[in-house]
Amino acid sequence: MLLKTFKGGVHPNDCKRFTKDFAIEEMPAPPTMIFPIIQHIGAPSEIVVKKGDYVKVGQLIAKQTGFVSANHHSSVSGTVKSIEAHFHPNGSMVDSIIIENDGKYDVFEDVKPAKPLEQLTDKEIVQIVSDAGIVGMGGASFPTHVKLVPPEGTRIDYVIINCAECEPYLTSDYRAMLEDGDDIIFGCKAIMKALSAPKCLIVVEDNKKDAARHLENLLKDEENISVVVVKTKYPQGSEKHIIFSATGRKVPSGKLPADVGVFVANTDTAASIARAVKTGMPLISRIVTVTGGAIKNKKNLRVRIGTPIRNVIEAAGGFVAEPERIILGGPMMGKGVFSIDLPVIKGTSAILAMTKEDLGINVVTNCTRCGKCVQACPMRLVPVTLAMHSKNENEEMLKKYHVTDCIECGACSYICPARKDPLQMIRVGKRYVIDRARMKKAQ
Amino acid sequence: MENVLKVGAAPHIVTKHDTRSVMLDVVIALMPALLAGVYFFGYRAALIVLISIASAVAFEHIWNVALKKPTTIGDLSAVVSGILLAFNLPSTVPLWLPVAGSFFMIVIIKMAYGGLGHNFMNPALGARAFLLASWPSYMTSFTKPQAKLFPVLSPDFVTQATPLGILKEQSGEALPTYLDMFLGNLAGCIGETSKIALLIGFIYLLARGVISWKIPVAFAGTVAALAWVFGGDTLFTGDWLMHLLTGGVFLGAIFMATDYTTTPITESGMIIFGIGCGLLTMIIRLVGGYPEGGSYSILIMNVLTPLLDKYIIPKPFGKAAKKIA
Repeated sequence: MLLKTFKGGVHPNDCKRFTKDFAIEEMPAPPTMIFPIIQHIGAPSEIVVKKGDYVKVGQLIAKQTGFVSANHHSSVSGTVKSIEAHFHPNGSMVDSIIIENDGKYDVFEDVKPAKPLEQLTDKEIVQIVSDAGIVGMGGASFPTHVKLVPPEGTRIDYVIINCAECEPYLTSDYRAMLEDGDDIIFGCKAIMKALSAPKCLIVVEDNKKDAARHLENLLKDEENISVVVVKTKYPQGSEKHIIFSATGRKVPSGKLPADVGVFVANTDTAASIARAVKTGMPLISRIVTVTGGAIKNKKNLRVRIGTPIRNVIEAAGGFVAEPERIILGGPMMGKGVFSIDLPVIKGTSAILAMTKEDLGINVVTNCTRCGKCVQACPMRLVPVTLAMHSKNENEEMLKKYHVTDCIECGACSYICPARKDPLQMIRVGKRYVIDRARMKKAQ
Repeated sequence: MENVLKVGAAPHIVTKHDTRSVMLDVVIALMPALLAGVYFFGYRAALIVLISIASAVAFEHIWNVALKKPTTIGDLSAVVSGILLAFNLPSTVPLWLPVAGSFFMIVIIKMAYGGLGHNFMNPALGARAFLLASWPSYMTSFTKPQAKLFPVLSPDFVTQATPLGILKEQSGEALPTYLDMFLGNLAGCIGETSKIALLIGFIYLLARGVISWKIPVAFAGTVAALAWVFGGDTLFTGDWLMHLLTGGVFLGAIFMATDYTTTPITESGMIIFGIGCGLLTMIIRLVGGYPEGGSYSILIMNVLTPLLDKYIIPKPFGKAAKKIA
């Protein structure tokens, strides 16, 4: 049987074997924790504690400002040491709350279970998700409660739980499916209830068939939730592409999944919603895959948000080789970071310490116009031409070639035999076109 | 901040295939046809291929050294061009002819325009056209295949017309059987005769993901269709299999019309390119002055490629989709 998939895409070596068989370990929190006020897309949160305050696990330390924003909570108990600008994984200095961990892990008094799911209304569920500071945990970190309130008149037909985990090396979703299957399914039900959606699809790539089978077993008595196995291909986990693979619907350019009646959430997001409803505990920890050739004991860790990366790497046995590059997230779309003194935030799905060999050889030659980037582009764009027009800042041609449809998945740069890295140029062109449009609007 | 790490933008990993490995794959894919050529036309075929490769690589290197540019022979593209040039020559040509061809191919067509990826037409075919115009008698005297590896050292060639030549001249000579055509036991250029060897190379290239099936299939399909419709005395009676199995259709469709640089990059562009090649090939074969039109048709489509790439802008994912109510 042909597996469901989309056109284009690439097949990188998935490298999941290094960590897929290691059960999630709880990582003890280090003495100092860093909580930046930006861990999400949207307005930065407002700090509600001050230096010297004593905070407990699950206590609100930064509250959302406006609708598209998110709450942040302390993941340890202890004293607020200082509030200062600290380096953030995005590369800039961001106001952060530094908390001295006292090691007691006293849970905040307000953390208590909500009513049973059956008795909750849709508004109450959205409120719980919003209070718990839950954001999309696949990497983009868009506040989940915003997506749970679709525009007036939109009907959601499908809730899709994105368990594709198409990024190489990452195994956090895979382990979550095997170990937190019940939470994921509970999360599905909560989301379906909040959106009054009739159907839920848990979408898994076919290189994780055992996890898919495990979920299917758990779902034996559920009529409305099913597991869909799709082809292993990058970027299968891209929102637009997973919707197409699972439902055959295409999200029109410039539109949102809600416009085609679909809601997409990440695996760990669904599990976090379940935890917030069941126990009242906000989002204070996440699964992080620590891997790459330079890491001694590659493993999956449950890390408290705010833990410095340095401590996470130490918990994985430190380095065995010189890391050439350290990446937060997957190797295709993750961010290369310049320091390991940065905190794990809500969107940090993995810490990869890559050696030179892991990164591959880069012998740049002339572009041979082989067109492999055109074949690989999941958005069906023409990367080589876009890169050329980006270089020339040719706004008209960039628009003609639909530069703003680029999802920056990196398939073109991955596949390029000449190592021309077209995505770098396209990013520049995309920014250029967007900035010009803004300038015109402002005038 | 101590110990600052190196950063880089995503994606952080790249495929194992680079320009060199792609070219190496093409060289490997050409090997069955080379062996078949040597088998049918003797050691002289091997000698011509070797001279052609060596001179192509040498010209590229000399160009880079003379212009103080970084060396580019490591990408193996000159080796591929050298083999393809030799494949387009009869085994009887004088030994200096491939050198002259290589000079035109590498210096004029490839390096003068900026090297790899900047040539405006297929280098090997451009050189073939140059040789054919300059020394037509050498380029059109084909020998009968000997089917032995080491023929007599002072070659006493038996010349023989190619099947397409026989058709064109209507000389009444007997045509080879389809099996001979498929195996390669017929007169022709070194690399074009053995269809089975070229097909093995095609399958290898497809399996390795080096080329897509679109251009070769569109090219060969158009040739077959047009030959069937217009190739006979009356409509729909043409011997399409003969047209497919003779001349340079296989070599052209698999290895020449799929040259990255001179063919379109979009899928629909590839199909149009292939159909255009097939159409021009059959026009030249049936109503033109030359017996074989494969190489000219590809050259003409090569120069049309920038236009195809300019006017074909694929629809992005989700652009054409209608909103689901």
